[in-house]
Amino acid sequence: MALNRNKAGEFEQMAMPLFAPLYNLAHWLTQDRGEAEDLVQETYAKALKGFNSFQPGTNFRAWMYRILRNTFLTSRTGLKPAVSLDDEDQTQLADPATSETPESILLARADRDAIHRALQQLPVAYREVILLCDVEEMSYREIAEALMIPIGTVMSRLARARKAMRQLLQRAAGANV
Amino acid sequence: MSCHDWREKIDTYLDDELPREQARELEAHLLACPACSSETLARSTLKRSIHLAGKSFSPDLDLRKRIVADIQPKASRSRWAWIAVATAASMAVLAVALGALLWMRQVQSQQLVSEITDLHVTMLASANRVDVLSSDKHTVKPWFAGKLPFTFNLPDLEGSPLELIGGKLTYVEQNPAAELLFGVRKHVISVFIFKDTAEVRPRFTVTNAERLSFNIESWSDAGLQYVAVSDAGRADLDDLRARLVAAAH
Repeated sequence: MALNRNKAGEFEQMAMPLFAPLYNLAHWLTQDRGEAEDLVQETYAKALKGFNSFQPGTNFRAWMYRILRNTFLTSRTGLKPAVSLDDEDQTQLADPATSETPESILLARADRDAIHRALQQLPVAYREVILLCDVEEMSYREIAEALMIPIGTVMSRLARARKAMRQLLQRAAGANV
Repeated sequence: MSCHDWREKIDTYLDDELPREQARELEAHLLACPACSSETLARSTLKRSIHLAGKSFSPDLDLRKRIVADIQPKASRSRWAWIAVATAASMAVLAVALGALLWMRQVQSQQLVSEITDLHVTMLASANRVDVLSSDKHTVKPWFAGKLPFTFNLPDLEGSPLELIGGKLTYVEQNPAAELLFGVRKHVISVFIFKDTAEVRPRFTVTNAERLSFNIESWSDAGLQYVAVSDAGRADLDDLRARLVAAAH
């Protein structure tokens, strides 16, 4: 069903402010500029089409991110077997072997490049939950809406993701020492 | 709670998602525990660093333009919308054209009515109301012969209060016309007869129009346009009209 002019105008007003953050997330998911651009463009086209089904009053940002993510997951990159969103699959990431205390000082000094590299190395499911929480500063409720998972799962996934992130940074810091 | 348990809650606390009560308890513990306090500081710094480092990729301006072009409402988005717009537009044009045509006809009609009433009033004010003064139709009709590009019959007025006064030549819209004068109970009726051209006919959309308290009756018959103007009553005009129509056939 085609949107009328008012509705399409309303969509533009609501959706365009999310353009830059959505692109950033798309780039983090795909790790490629061209694919990120296609992903964002497709996301907007799908969102416009489905705008009639968007419930006013619910979280629009989470709704848009959900579309972006579903589009990504059904895309060529998203379907790669390496990408898994199943929490159980990633439990094999081991706890840091040593006490965290000396490393936490290194963590505090971790530079931008190190963090960037660590985020790239994280499994997509961990990367996205950290980005939504720390970069987009979404509440747990918003993240739950965007990822279509319970809040409890958001919290446990976030905890695992941060543990993995710290581990990666500690390794990198240890290698640099 | 042990330090291990507290550390589980540090991230939630930093995300501002820890319930108020627990947050207060954690804060109390942090004041008392340098290790947890230092861990909290480190994680807070990391969170801040991720926030900054995570904003790594900016989109091209071109992509924004492409998307805006994609999602902007376009007139061509729906063929039906186009058809609706086109239909509405042509209806509007038609309505305006029709309105203009009717208005022009109305104006022309009003102009003709006003010209004819003016002729009638001029005649009433004139010292020589008629060119041929006769109550005998056999005198009046031949007088017009050769003076007009058409002929007409004069009515039989037997048994009516109407009487023929006479006739004169005149012009209606630059066309030669006969003006016949009839009397009825001291009122004078002018009947204008002129060729019913296609141009003239549709202009008489206003019949029986009352103007300056004159009654006007107009009809067309056998290629001639008749317009009767008078301050006489409508019944007398109708009577005269019926007799003129009868005489024409």
